[in-house]
This record gives sequence, structure tokens and C-alpha cells, in this order.
Amino acid sequence: MATKKPAKKKPAKQTKAKATEKTATVFIMGKAHKVPADATIMGAIEYAGYQIKRGAGCREGFCGACATVYRLPGDYKIYTGLACTTLVEEGMWLSQLPAIPDQKPIYNLNKLEPNVSTFQKLFPELFRCVACNTCTKACPQDLEVMDYIQAAIRGDIEKVMDLSFDCLSCGLCAIRCPAEIVQYNVGLLAKRLYGKYLSKESKQLKKRIKEVKRHKYDKEYKEFKKMKKEELKKKYYERDLE
Amino acid sequence: MYPESMRPSLEKVIQTRNKRFELAKSGKPVFPPMSAEEREEVLNEFHPDYKPDSRRKIRLGPNKGENLTTEVTDMLESHSRIKPELFDLTRPDYETDILIIGGGGAGCAAAIIAMENGAKSIISTKLRLGDANSMMSQGGMQAAVPEKDSPACHYLDAIGGGHFDNKPDLVRALTEDGPDVVKWLEDLGVVWDKLEDGSLQVLHGGGTSRKRMHSCRDYTGAIIMRTLMDKVRNNPDKISILEFMPIVELILDNKGRCAGGVLYNLETEEYFTVKARATIIATGGYGRLHIRGYDTTNHYGATGDGLVIAYRAGAKLLFMDSVQYHPTGSVFPEQIAGFLITEKIRGAGGQPLNKQGKLFVFPREPRDVESSAFIKECLERHNGIKTPSGRLGVWLDSPLIEMIQGEGYINKQFPAMHRQFIRYGIDITKEPMLVYPSLHYQNGGVEINEKCETNIPGLYVAGEASGGVHGRNRLMGNSVLDYNVFGRRAGIYAAQHTKSAKLGTLTLEHIRNFENELKKARVKTDLITPILLPSYTPEDVRKRQVTAHYEGTLR
Repeated sequence: MATKKPAKKKPAKQTKAKATEKTATVFIMGKAHKVPADATIMGAIEYAGYQIKRGAGCREGFCGACATVYRLPGDYKIYTGLACTTLVEEGMWLSQLPAIPDQKPIYNLNKLEPNVSTFQKLFPELFRCVACNTCTKACPQDLEVMDYIQAAIRGDIEKVMDLSFDCLSCGLCAIRCPAEIVQYNVGLLAKRLYGKYLSKESKQLKKRIKEVKRHKYDKEYKEFKKMKKEELKKKYYERDLE
Repeated sequence: MYPESMRPSLEKVIQTRNKRFELAKSGKPVFPPMSAEEREEVLNEFHPDYKPDSRRKIRLGPNKGENLTTEVTDMLESHSRIKPELFDLTRPDYETDILIIGGGGAGCAAAIIAMENGAKSIISTKLRLGDANSMMSQGGMQAAVPEKDSPACHYLDAIGGGHFDNKPDLVRALTEDGPDVVKWLEDLGVVWDKLEDGSLQVLHGGGTSRKRMHSCRDYTGAIIMRTLMDKVRNNPDKISILEFMPIVELILDNKGRCAGGVLYNLETEEYFTVKARATIIATGGYGRLHIRGYDTTNHYGATGDGLVIAYRAGAKLLFMDSVQYHPTGSVFPEQIAGFLITEKIRGAGGQPLNKQGKLFVFPREPRDVESSAFIKECLERHNGIKTPSGRLGVWLDSPLIEMIQGEGYINKQFPAMHRQFIRYGIDITKEPMLVYPSLHYQNGGVEINEKCETNIPGLYVAGEASGGVHGRNRLMGNSVLDYNVFGRRAGIYAAQHTKSAKLGTLTLEHIRNFENELKKARVKTDLITPILLPSYTPEDVRKRQVTAHYEGTLR
């Protein structure tokens, strides 16, 4: 299909892996590359010449697309991190995980009840948790993953919501879990159950929606629409500030 | 940790903090807000859009003769990835009611509502479902819920922020649907920040006259996006998700109606055709074009693909001369340059300060004004703080927030920001952040009406890819609201459209026509678009990749 000349893209400004004097040698999937010593893992991969397709997303620590596992020289441990926010280290051996095999039960939130039996039904494997804490150690957000899994087993939905709130669904917990639990999906269900069923209702919200439905603001909207730019401008700069 | 060279200025921030705290506590404005004339002046002199070479006339297409942002004109004056004659459109590979292009907030909201209105859809997305700027919004979503507020107040704020250029019907739709969107999202399971009695916690944003910023800590977008995605994934029989499969061209029929698109599998490099009775473009913005060389807060995939494919098909663009630079992009450390620092920081009482530790602007001006004031402070008044790599920035005093709102507030309300900086040894409860404007939002886009319709029958656009809602400058918290309001509207109206829509013979003739127009206008370019992904390969490495084009079409 590509019969035309290759696209010559404007080189985007390089910010993440600026060439500095100090370099580090890292092993990207086993292959040695010299990269700036203060680069992030993602910056290093791109500096080395890879065009990432899988393994880059928001690049700021919100989307969880760039789960990475690595080892350091002379250290038996497996480390986990997000490529976008983890810095390289001398001798680091790293590999990104292009995707995490996911297992998500299909459900209709409207038909669920916010209690422990919902978790028993949808995530029976939860009860295989041996409290080894590997998930917590793997979490790049430093969340108390094991604690929220234990809370889910007890049916404490509010606790699961609170502890899993900052979860990015990067999947590093799930890939390390000996009980084969998909922790982030448990957290997501708990948050949705909490938001829908357990969070206290706002009376003012109901009232405002009713007001809108009864066309309370129609008149003002129509007046604004009719106003000339200068008139509207005047109104805007004269409005009171809370 | 901040280097020694920045210490003297940090000391000044500490010295002025108590006085600033007293003033903030008094309830009086901490700095006088600008008048209309002052705003205009600072924009004219310092906003990047107002520089002479920032815009260039486009030589072809629906906006021919108009001045657009230079990088946008460059992108639109380009060649297609495909040759129309290689496609047999009589036998499409996929058929569906609605083709939704883009799996971010607007795309998912549209799919959910379309499903509830009886239409099946395919979501085609370039990266993974939810890989979008929607996922990254931190500070919140505006909606006129509180007693003291009203949708009309919200309207006035939005239209004033947008320099009165916004399309009134779109602003009305945005602000009037707001409260219902809060409820809709809560019913889907979004956990809003609330007070003890169940009332919604609200804060100010730049340019708001009332507190109406609703949030989920500083993971607002992440919570909303994952909730929408979960709802989408729970309905695999109604919504099909095609990941790493961007649409690279629209397909029309012989009567000029939109009839689907051409898919490109990023990994196997195959192309497929999709026939659909309605198509929704929800591809987001263009931050990764790094306009004027700026860093960006945007997602890896934000390359303006929707603009290109819509433009080639004949859709009209609006306000594509206007770029939003977020005032508070991170400047230090170097590794997080350009990253978003939520406006909620200023909403909660954080203040921008110069080298002397002094406030130089009202902290919550609309974004374009605030950004211009930062640039002026650094470039004209030479009051910026220099980083070791030579970048300039101003302080954003976060410790003040803990004094105003109470100890522990930052950890509870800004976990993402705290995490972002503590990795580099900067504790934002104790030390300020260094900031400078960062390329953030595509103010314009494909022109729509309040039903998300475009000038092409059957083509709908929602979210950042659309133009008109925000005029020439969007306020904080109005984009999260935008993708929900207009995502839902696109879902409703596209679903209705599919009930009666009929399609004629499918064609890619417009691609050929566009190619002819390029020749006629004597455009010389070897750029092929949509761009799909930005390249961060260093120049010297690139030079050695001499056969890159044999291996794939991406490079």
C-alpha cells in the first residue's frame, strides 16, 4: 500500500531524552544502548531509535500503558515501573509489557448489589489470595493493593474504593499475583459500586436538574443570545465573582 | 531537589508567604483581575498565537484562503496514505450502524448513548481504548450545580473566556446539560469528591465567577474514563472495539453522505473498509504537533488525525487559528518538562510567583491571559527563574494551599501531583513547583451544531476534535464537560440518523479530488497524513534508518 515516498514528519521537539554529557548503558530487551543518564525509560527507548506503538500512552503517569519490568546488575530482584516516570540506571535490563492478558467479568451495574456476594460471584478467585503482598510491591503508584483485595474479600467497598482510587490499571499487580487475581478490575468494580450505590446523594443536584428540565433558564439564555457582542462583553466584565 | 542556583529565589518565596497567606485569608482578591483592555494588550504582545509567523493561509479545501495555525496548515496540505483504486468498496470488511473514530471520553460516551438508542457501533481507536487526553484531565469538570450558581452564569463565563466568539447554541448545550452529566456519571459509578452531607465539593477554576469545578481528587479524567470504558466493555454485543486500528480516511457515498472509513491496522499494516450509516469523529486534539516548538501536556496519540480526514472529505473547520497553552506546564525537573500541573492547584489557593517571590498576575485569569502574563514576566520583565538546562519558569506556590485549606489537603486532593514530584525529591507540600505554559488544547476543530452535525450528512463530531464550543479559548473544566455533553449528543443524534439513513454507492473519489487540488494549488510536500504518531527519534539515529519505509508505513 505504501507506494509513496515515506512521510517526512517534522521532528518533534525533543524534551524527554535530551543528549546530556553523562550516559548510562541499559539493555533494552537484552540489547545494549548508551542513553542519557537522566532519561526516563521511555525517553531511553526512543533515544535508542525505537518508535513505540504499544507501551506509550499519556506519558505522564495516568494511563498505565507503559508497564515495564527490569533487573539491575548484581541484584536478583525483579522490579516494576512505568516507563514514563521511572529513570534509567546503569546496567538496567528492561522490557516493556506490550499488553497484559486481561480477564474481566461482564456485568450490568444496575443489577448488582453493593455487597460481598457480588465480589464472590464475579471474582471467585479473590478468595485464593494468600496475602503475600507481591501485588503491593509491584505497584508503581505505591498503592496498598493487597489491603484492598483483603477489603474486597470482607465486602468493605468503601475501603476498596479509597485504596484503589489512584490505580492506573497498568496490570503489574495482576501479572505478578500467584493467585492470578486481576486486582485492578476488582478496584474498578468497587469504585463503580460506591459511586452508584453508597455515595451520599446531593439534594441540590436533583433540584438543579429539575430546574433545567422546567426551562427555568430559557429566558436568560434567549436574552444572552440576542445581545450584541459589546453588550455581552459589558455584562461579562460587570458580573460579580464568588 | 532544586539545585543551589534556584535556592535564593526559593528563599524569597518563603519570605513573602505569610503576608500572602494573610491577604488570601482576608477574602479580598489577592491581585487585581485584568480589565478587557489589559487582557487584550497582554495577549497581543505575548500570546504565541499572535506572533506574525504563527499562522499561514491554507491554499485548498473548505477553509481555502483562511489563516490557520501554521502547523495545522502544513498538516492539512498533505497527501493521503492510500490509493483509492486499491479498495473494493462494494464489499466492506465491516458493517455497522455507527462508526465511532476514537476511543476516548467522547467516543465512549457516544457509544453508550447510541446503544441505549438502539444503534450498534464500532469504536476504532489508534491505541488502546481510553488512551486519550480524557484520561489525563486532573482538576475537574465544570457544571452549574450549586445554589449560588446557574447554567446562565456558566454560559457567561464560558463565552467571555472564549472572547465572545463561541457559538451560542453550543455554549447553551454545554452549560445546560452540565448538571445532568454529573448525575449521569454518578449513576455509572463515578466517585465525585463530596462533603459529609453528600453535597458535591466545588472549587474555582480560571475565569469562573462561581465555584463549580467538580473533581475526583486529581484523577478526575482517569476515574471518568475508566468508568465509561467499563460500561463499554460490558456490552460487547452492542459495541465492538478495534484497538490499534485508526481510521485513516472517511468513505463517502455518491450523494456526498458519510458512509464509514478506511481502517489501518498499526501492527499488521493491513487496511480494511468499514461501512456505517453514521460516523462520529471523536479523535481529540493535536498537542503532539508541538506547535511553535512547545512541550505538550497531551497524550502520545494527539496528532489531529480527525481534522485531516474530515477536511479531505469536505468538512469545514472553525477557529483553527487558535491554540491553547496551559499556564502551568512543569519546567523542572527536565524529565517532566511540559507535564500538566492541574489548574485545581490555583483553584485551591496556589499562587504564581516571580523570581522575587511576588505575585504578578491574578492567579485565575482565563488560560490564554494567564499564560501570556507568565511569558511576559519571564521574557520581558526578566523575572523568571532559570533551570540548569536553561529553561525559564515561574513558581507555583503549593505550600500556601496547606496553610489555606489545612494540613493534609494536598495529599488528599492532589495525590497525582504529589507523586509526580516526590519521585524527584520535591515535596510540593513544602516547596513550590516551577511552571511555564505548555501546549494543551485545540480550541477549534470541525464546525458542529448542537446536534454535533457537520456540513457532511451522516458525519458527527464530538469533543476536542470539534470547533465552536469554546470560541478561541477554553476554560478549565469545560473540556471534560464538553466530551460528555457532546459525546452523548452525538450518540443520540447519530443513532436517530441511522433509523432513516440510506446510503448510495460508496466512494473514495474525494481523496482523488483532494490530490488534484494539491496539484492545482501547486502545493509541494512529501508529508503523508494522518500523522498517527509523533517521532522522538534523534536526528542521527534517523539518518541511519535508511530503509525504514520498507518495514512499515509509520515512519
